[in-house]
Amino acid sequence: MNPAIEAPTIEYGTLAPLLIIFGAACIGVLVEAFAPRYLRKSIHVPLTLLSLAGAFALVLVQTVRGQISTTASAMGAVAVDGPSLFIWGVILVLSFVCVLLINDEGHFVASAAAVPGSADEEEAEAHDNGTGHTEVYPLVLFAVGGMLLFPAAHDLLMMFVALEVMSLPLYLLCGLARRRRLLSQEASMKYFLLGAFSSAFFLYGTAMIYGFAGTVSLPGINKALASGNTLDPLLLIGFALLGVGLLFKIGAAPFQAWKPDVYQGAPTPITALMASGTLVAAVGAVLRVFWVGLGNLDWEWRPVIWGVAALTMIVGSILAITQTEIKRMLAYSSIAHAGFLLVGVMATYGSAQQNAGSLKAILFYLAVYGITTVGAFAVLTLVRDPGGEAGHLSRWAGLGKRAPVLSGVFAFFLLAFAGIPLTSGFFGKYAVFAAALNSGTQPGDSMGGWMAGLVVVGVVASAIAAFFYVRVIVLMFFSEPAADGPAIAAPSMGTVAVIAVSLLVTVGVGLYPESVLGVANDAASSLFIR
Amino acid sequence: MESHIAEIVQHTGGVIGNAWLMIAFPLVGAFILLVFNRFTNRWGHLLGVAMSLASFVVAVLAFFELIGFGEEERRRAVHLYEFIPGMVDMGLLIDPLSISFALLITGVGSLIHIYSIGYMAHDEHRRRFFSYLNLFVAAMLLLVLADNYVGLFIGWEGVGLASYLLIGFWQFKPSAAVAAKKAFVVNRVGDFGLLVGMFIIWTTFGTLTFAELGEKIQPGQTNGTMLAIGLLLLLGACGKSAQLPLQSWLLDAMEGPTPVSALIHAATMVTAGVYLVVRSGAFFFPEGSGAALAVAIVGAATLLAGAIIGCAKDDIKKGLAGSTMSQIGYMMLGAGLGPAGYAFAIGHLITHGFFKADMFLGAGSVMHGMNDEVDMRKYGALRKVMPITFVTFFIGYLAIIGFPLLSGYFTKDGIIETAVHHQPILGWLAVLGAGITGFYMSRMVFMTFFGQKRWADDAHPHESPLVMTVPLMILSLGALGLGAYLVLSNRLLLFLAPAVGRPEELPEFAPFAPSGLATLGLVAVGAIFAWMKYGRAEVPSVQPRGSFLTTFARRDLYGDALNESLFMRPGQWLTRLAVFFDNRGVDGIVNGLAAGIGGSSGRLRRVQTGFARTYALSIFIGAALLTGALLLVGNI
Repeated sequence: MNPAIEAPTIEYGTLAPLLIIFGAACIGVLVEAFAPRYLRKSIHVPLTLLSLAGAFALVLVQTVRGQISTTASAMGAVAVDGPSLFIWGVILVLSFVCVLLINDEGHFVASAAAVPGSADEEEAEAHDNGTGHTEVYPLVLFAVGGMLLFPAAHDLLMMFVALEVMSLPLYLLCGLARRRRLLSQEASMKYFLLGAFSSAFFLYGTAMIYGFAGTVSLPGINKALASGNTLDPLLLIGFALLGVGLLFKIGAAPFQAWKPDVYQGAPTPITALMASGTLVAAVGAVLRVFWVGLGNLDWEWRPVIWGVAALTMIVGSILAITQTEIKRMLAYSSIAHAGFLLVGVMATYGSAQQNAGSLKAILFYLAVYGITTVGAFAVLTLVRDPGGEAGHLSRWAGLGKRAPVLSGVFAFFLLAFAGIPLTSGFFGKYAVFAAALNSGTQPGDSMGGWMAGLVVVGVVASAIAAFFYVRVIVLMFFSEPAADGPAIAAPSMGTVAVIAVSLLVTVGVGLYPESVLGVANDAASSLFIR
Repeated sequence: MESHIAEIVQHTGGVIGNAWLMIAFPLVGAFILLVFNRFTNRWGHLLGVAMSLASFVVAVLAFFELIGFGEEERRRAVHLYEFIPGMVDMGLLIDPLSISFALLITGVGSLIHIYSIGYMAHDEHRRRFFSYLNLFVAAMLLLVLADNYVGLFIGWEGVGLASYLLIGFWQFKPSAAVAAKKAFVVNRVGDFGLLVGMFIIWTTFGTLTFAELGEKIQPGQTNGTMLAIGLLLLLGACGKSAQLPLQSWLLDAMEGPTPVSALIHAATMVTAGVYLVVRSGAFFFPEGSGAALAVAIVGAATLLAGAIIGCAKDDIKKGLAGSTMSQIGYMMLGAGLGPAGYAFAIGHLITHGFFKADMFLGAGSVMHGMNDEVDMRKYGALRKVMPITFVTFFIGYLAIIGFPLLSGYFTKDGIIETAVHHQPILGWLAVLGAGITGFYMSRMVFMTFFGQKRWADDAHPHESPLVMTVPLMILSLGALGLGAYLVLSNRLLLFLAPAVGRPEELPEFAPFAPSGLATLGLVAVGAIFAWMKYGRAEVPSVQPRGSFLTTFARRDLYGDALNESLFMRPGQWLTRLAVFFDNRGVDGIVNGLAAGIGGSSGRLRRVQTGFARTYALSIFIGAALLTGALLLVGNI
């Protein structure tokens, strides 16, 4: 007779933020199925916002109570530790403000299935009042759920599932832009093909590592590394392929090619969500894999990531110079920032104290960069041509004269990206570079002086990057406005709130970095569960 | 000589522990008024006043908490937060010196806020005006309360910004826009001095907080580096306080609304340089050092220059501006004399804050009644139609010329006497300056309030509303009695001693010292001369040509011409030369570099073909490279 199957133990309390998001997403699907069309949006918006806020509140409760679990939950599949909770909080805040942007009218297509330019499309638009597909809301919730699970996954299989749950809705969402639909569909298709390609790498790498370690659990792999032969080709190839999958998601060179095309084509609120939330989640996952799973392999992985980080920073900042499309420029800027983050990842080696310091720097960087990014994209949604958003840089000439406040805010965000003092971006870069330098001087760091070299590359890349940020500012304030310049849409309350919150955080953290740095420090001090 | 300065102790809790509220109130006010702009139009000015008053209340409470401590424990540092990790902690220092400033800034500041309700009543941008005023108060408080040079510098730049915005408040007037720009540029020179000074302090001592500098610097220690720091800080002080050679912006700054001239360009901001010198006194301006002597010389030179300029101006505000320059010169002179002079410098700063604000607001009240006319040749005989303004202005006038027993008499004479004692030559120059002050201030009063009516045809002078005259009354009370209160029995000196040091022997109030008698005599001569020329005789309502000396003074002692020929023209040549070399040499390198980067960007860009297959190929190649690299690294 078979032994009875034991029911798995699930820590519902700890996992509650995840469960709320996924539960709300499922309810959203039911709403799509049963609620009449005219009611859907008025149900979706509160449902989505409430679930995000509720999940955030639960994250807060866990943090404030201070009983952060020291063991993995759900039979060792999910680790809800200090860094996870911080990343969750950041993702939830970012997605909350992104949903406020999504909520704004006119971003999404009325009927994605209709062929662009056909009679079907015209008819669908005639019946639509600017809302577009309301499926957007449950899709966003699923994507957010995936983002939450991705950095918290404690074994490679769970991480793969999370990767797909996060990515699939995003592929779809990319294709739903109301204007310039062909570009949007192209972006969606490219993102899907390349994403599937990189997922295959991830999965194949997982399989090879399983072949080496006999387990997919991250601590299990680390244990196998401690005792086994770290030069086993099976392990090294497996790790390289795994790395490709992860580096693709953060957009590190040479896996960055999708970013500009996708960022440009996707509806801008979705771009904002990808540029902030996805990046945060992916960097979290990179940290967990490299630190928990491959902690004993650092002699091997750090030189390789060194090269990737340097290449990413250089490629991102150099290619951004010749961009003429503002969303593409921001995409390359995002690639450069991924490189800066990798500099921080490089520093998460060494004694536990050093680890906490570097981890704090990265978490801080993620939080402040994410919120500034959302603010910048929110500004983009307001500058419009008859055919949609005014993407071409030449259209932004002289905007400072026509919309001084909006241009001023945008200029401030750009300065924050460039890392000018008294903005949050300065402290982000400062923290990451300082952590890298600090790690290079630790005894036992295999990289030693190479870390200083990487920081030099980073500073040079920042200088190049500052050029194209400032160029936009010069363009906005010191050129003559075009006669038929773009119109400035009257912003909705939601968009105003998004821009205001981003601005406040960017200024506030720039003046008082301790506010976020302190929280990041508390989160980082408990380290990842190993 | 041992100038004992109390140690700084850490403090938490109480009002002092929450002293940041002083800065926060006006900052929040400025923020609300700027962000919710039009929505706050109706009540914005009231919010501005309330925030300033709240700040004043906190300052008063903190003052009383401070004097509750023993004398040696009256320097309380409050740690706020880590600003630049590992380098600078943001904190406040509440000590007798900073709390004196805080009381002056919030007290006089609140009065001027209230006055502005009436003065700006008909301006459609009144709300914006109050937001800038609030911003100024917050920045100025940060400047004086910060416990380190970085915080001081942020406040320093903040008041510079507020000053720029407010001078150019009526930006539709080209003269105002130009004046704002001029103030900004001239201040930049001084700011660089301060900044470079801070850099040297950081490299030499590794810290920028006052407490740690106090531990690292021996009292009286001097060497080349310290002298350099002192001179650089003095350059910063000269820029902000309109001292020679950076004085030229202050006269033009009178383009701003009159309450601004009163608050920023008379009572508070322009005294920031004096604060900087006194605050750094124990470190970089020890008594008898070269740096301290430089401070005193700059002060003496400016006090004469300002007084001479004041003699020739027909614009009432410019006349007052010249006198402000001159009075700050007195303070600088005092600040260059070591602990003996500090108390009088600060004392004069406080009383000057009252009587000069009083007179500026009085001038504003006159302008209010005279359709914004500023030419004193169009005034005359106003004492009957504006009795309150006249009386308050007259008290301010008596105070500034040092009429016995009024505020200025005690504080200015204190400076003069200390100077005669320590630096006789500079001291007697200050006596001469006092005489000239007697002349030009009397000239101003006689031209404005006495003599015949020389009003324009459409002028209907009237007394200003109570919301404007009540602040005048309060300020004139300060002008009346504050000096006696602060100086008699050395009250202020003993209060400040823990923060700035104590002189070897306490000064005694000596009304019949030769310098004091000489001062009184010269002032009387000046006043009588002014009466003969402007009180009794008829004042032409068109400016006469005047002698060589008058033209010299009217043209601000050719300060602008000097700046133009010494700095602007050579500067322009230099830039032309630089452009020439830049085009020939540097550009080649820079453009080559930029072209190189741009070109590589252009080439790299071709990789971005837009074809998914190319992207997939690049991913594949990347994966191959990554795997190869790992295998290689692993097997080295």
